[in-house]
Amino acid sequence: MRLFGYKLNITATIGLAIIVLNIAAAVLAPLIAPHGQADIVGDAWADPSSQFWLGLDNLGRDIVSRLLYGARLSIGLSALITVLAFFIGIVCGFTAAAVGGWVDMLLSRVVDLLLSMPILISAFMVLSVLGTDLPVLVVTIALLNATLVFRLARAVAMNIAALEFVEAAKVRGEGLWWIISREILPNAVPPLVAEFGLRFCFTFLLIAALSFLGLGIQPPLADWGSMVKDYRDMINLDSPAPLYPAGAIALLTIGVNFVVDWMLSIHSKGHGEGA
Amino acid sequence: MLKLVAQRFALGLLTLFAASVLIFAGTEILPGDLASAILQNNATPESLAAMRKELGLERPAYVRYGEWLGGVAHGNLGRSLANNRDVADEIAPRLKNTLFLALYAAIISVPLAVVLGLLAAIRQGGIYDRLVNVVTLMTISVPEYFLAYVLVKYFAVGLGWFPSLANVTSNTGLLERLNLTFLAMLTLVLVIVAYMMRMTRASVLSVMASPYIEMAMLKGLPKWRIVAQHAFPNALAPIINVIALNLAYLVTGVVVVEAVFVYPGLGQLMVDAVSKHDVPVVQACGLIFAGAFILLNMTADILAIMSNPRLRHPR
Amino acid sequence: MSELDYLKRLHSAGRLSRRDLIGRALAVGATAPMLSGLLASADALAATEQGKPGGTLRLGLGGGSTTDSLNPLAANDSVMIDVLFGIFNGLVENAPDNRPVPELAEKFEPKPGAAEWIFTLRKGIQFHNGKEFDADDAVYSLNLHRGDTKSGAAGPMKAISDVKKLDKYQIQVTLAAGDADFPTILTDYHVMMVPNGFTDWAKPVGTGAFTLEAFDPGVRIALKKPGKYWKPDRGYVDTVEYNVINDTSARMNALISGQVDVINRADPKTVSRIEKSPTLEIVRAAGGWYPVMAMMVDRDPYTSLDLRQALKYAVDREQMIKTLFSGYGTLGNDHPIPRSDPYFNSELAQLKYDPEKAKFHFKKAGISDPKIVLQTSDAAFNGAVDMATLLQATAGKDDIPIQVKKESADGYFDNVWLKGSFVASYWGGRPAATQMLSIAYKSGAPWNESHWNNEKFDKLLADAQAETDEAKRKNSIWAMQELLRDEGGTLIPCFRDWLDAHSKKVGGHTPHSGFDMDNGRIAEKAFLKG
Repeated sequence: MRLFGYKLNITATIGLAIIVLNIAAAVLAPLIAPHGQADIVGDAWADPSSQFWLGLDNLGRDIVSRLLYGARLSIGLSALITVLAFFIGIVCGFTAAAVGGWVDMLLSRVVDLLLSMPILISAFMVLSVLGTDLPVLVVTIALLNATLVFRLARAVAMNIAALEFVEAAKVRGEGLWWIISREILPNAVPPLVAEFGLRFCFTFLLIAALSFLGLGIQPPLADWGSMVKDYRDMINLDSPAPLYPAGAIALLTIGVNFVVDWMLSIHSKGHGEGA
Repeated sequence: MLKLVAQRFALGLLTLFAASVLIFAGTEILPGDLASAILQNNATPESLAAMRKELGLERPAYVRYGEWLGGVAHGNLGRSLANNRDVADEIAPRLKNTLFLALYAAIISVPLAVVLGLLAAIRQGGIYDRLVNVVTLMTISVPEYFLAYVLVKYFAVGLGWFPSLANVTSNTGLLERLNLTFLAMLTLVLVIVAYMMRMTRASVLSVMASPYIEMAMLKGLPKWRIVAQHAFPNALAPIINVIALNLAYLVTGVVVVEAVFVYPGLGQLMVDAVSKHDVPVVQACGLIFAGAFILLNMTADILAIMSNPRLRHPR
Repeated sequence: MSELDYLKRLHSAGRLSRRDLIGRALAVGATAPMLSGLLASADALAATEQGKPGGTLRLGLGGGSTTDSLNPLAANDSVMIDVLFGIFNGLVENAPDNRPVPELAEKFEPKPGAAEWIFTLRKGIQFHNGKEFDADDAVYSLNLHRGDTKSGAAGPMKAISDVKKLDKYQIQVTLAAGDADFPTILTDYHVMMVPNGFTDWAKPVGTGAFTLEAFDPGVRIALKKPGKYWKPDRGYVDTVEYNVINDTSARMNALISGQVDVINRADPKTVSRIEKSPTLEIVRAAGGWYPVMAMMVDRDPYTSLDLRQALKYAVDREQMIKTLFSGYGTLGNDHPIPRSDPYFNSELAQLKYDPEKAKFHFKKAGISDPKIVLQTSDAAFNGAVDMATLLQATAGKDDIPIQVKKESADGYFDNVWLKGSFVASYWGGRPAATQMLSIAYKSGAPWNESHWNNEKFDKLLADAQAETDEAKRKNSIWAMQELLRDEGGTLIPCFRDWLDAHSKKVGGHTPHSGFDMDNGRIAEKAFLKG
């Protein structure tokens, strides 16, 4: 199998299959879920049966259906948030590294400031100023993540910006955008892609944590992170319930990172051959 | 070089000051205040007013901020609004505990992550690489409280090897302390190793694509030597950055682990103080967290510059 | 421990006559063969269940915070309540069956009309500093909660218009209006007896069984017994260790792995772990704690009685007990009086989940777009979001559309409770029915969360408070419960049981309908068996 003209290895194929499967589940959830995500169909924590394959949850809702609907919300939100965070983080980080001087200093200090604020205080501040709607959740987490992306992007770009070919481009009088997109970005891809794979997965959990404070997701909507949270005590009764959403997150994380690893490997080969 | 460090330090102090303003502003705009947070649905308008007056909450914010900053400059962090204890006395033992656990986890996780990452980079695409990948990815895709529950279930309740509570006191000896906090440490290690290990691997691989590595390959050097001697030193900047972020997490972000293991650290103090709006304590904790973050980031910046010869000697 | 076990223990402790034991056992549904077994085992228990002195009692408690202080005025959760009852005593104690019984006051009597009360103090009781407890201390202690005060008991204590010393061992409390249940207000955990003029709360001085040994708020608090306690049948252990464990699972694990002897707030979901263990047992008490979803009856659309009734029929109460509290609770009937209260209206028909009736009343209300928004947060209580979600599901999204809005956890009681028109919250219950009814339902009362404003109700309430004739009081209190069930704005699906658990080597830890941990008195009541 090939993708973008490159041959897929076995892990990448598995990874891609996992991602496609998850996206399919998310898109088709209303069609394939046996029950609604909010429907109470039996007693809380009922055991798995032929009708409810994974049993029922803390309120008596079908876990399979909630996993499928949860895929929708969790994957959609995480993807949106992570992309937004990377866009902001990379643009600012590269600009800081490429321009340097007071721009770098200002951006870096602002990010330090944001990072140094305990997340609880930041979250409560946002809540009290902006309210608890879903868009607020997206922007909040994206910004929180963007600060981390910024630091990494800047560190990577600083390394590259000091290289001869960037210096040469500057001397040639190339514009900032040209330098960023043609010189820095291609060389900064690997650590950033690796970061993306991880950040995407952390976002699931951060959504659940902030949702607990009242931000964003409103009941009865399902999201995987909150499902782990709601089911966690059941591990002490040897019930596998919390393992399903946790497993779903883990599987998707592994899938995404398999693909990320494959991209890293073509990158290193691509360069090796091209250089 | 010295000038650079001094410059960074001054900037750090400035950032810290800005953080203190922001934290104070943050606690000011939080809905509700200590009085109502404590009284909950026992609050009458009169008892609220009485408590607010006693706490001095009716005076303007900037006055209280000024007083506090002046106090901090003299090493006086004020008194807790909730129980009138000296904030410095309250924080000192907890800060020690937090740093202890952070150090315990860091000493084990940082070398482990770097070595695992390097090995994975050397054996890129091999069985080892993939196995380590899958295992570490699994550990980071479950929330830390869940990892903690699983560890407690098997190692504390099931096998009885380690205690489930990490309730250390100031009299706890070092060995006992290491034993009590073992599961908490293990949880944290599992949480951060994967992240640092993967970033190490990615950064090294990114450098491996450079022409000079290609050259070293052509010279026929063994791969481990290329990685260790050429790729790793040049990949240090992002690795140091990621390590710094994770160390900062160990100091400031472990409140969930503290709660599960009942470990008297700074995180729990901060959460309680925020939820009860105990401003002096929130401020002091916030300042310490901000200081830790800024110090670690500053160190990372300086180390990153030092590790890169081109940045070290800018033209 | 079941209700029967508890009665058995009461009897063996000499606090319940044999006739009362039989009567009350029958009342909770014991059959004849069960009775004879009960009596035999009660006699056997009386022989063995004697408090043994000595040892360290290790408690693992949820409900503590690093912001806790030793000032009784500011206490608001389990840990400090349990600590304070170890150090201090009140004038009056709330017995497990919700009757006020003498503590530092050996006698209390109303003058006719119940507006003036005479409290006769116990003689010869010493504070930890050696001073004898007398009327000046009692007057000072009561006045701490009156007027310009930050006390959590300020609300109910407003009923007092004057406190005066009659002689060294007698005080008179005058109320603004008659209240036959007044002594129950003094069982409040804030109202502790301290020496006259005392303010140094960091070094508390009381008359309790214990003195403070170590205080690390939110982590660990230790008390030790300074010497002989003035109550002959209380204060057994030498030291009490309070370990603050707020995480439910961690608390259960600490008990199971033997790191603590007693825990409060056992997790109903996983309580079977304790039931399975041969060395542990549950201490269960039906209580007055209840979750509530309050509609403001003076705000649209909740002004419509039909809409309120529709929602009453839309609550699946059985399911809520099962789902929220794993069955550890009793049914609620939309009024705040629990089954454990002597004035519970036992003849009032129970509201039942009936989707058809709900739909019928909803249609009859004829509100085309009612916009029912139920505000909730787990800051109200753990499970408040689930409760709202359950109501949303049983009301049916096509039948009675309810939107659940999860609010910011921070400042929930400031910004949402008493402000929103339909809000989830909870009440801890009160020892006297009239007290609960006047706090939350009297028209104009500051915590009247449903803005309930009913002349007939107010009249009944005033009658019940001033009346000292039991039968007449009962009639009024029963009628109020019926009014609230039929027309009230509060949905009260159930009452939650208190669930403690302990190692079987702990004795003297009895169920109490008032609060967890034996209504906070675990320290002086529990002992370690040999």
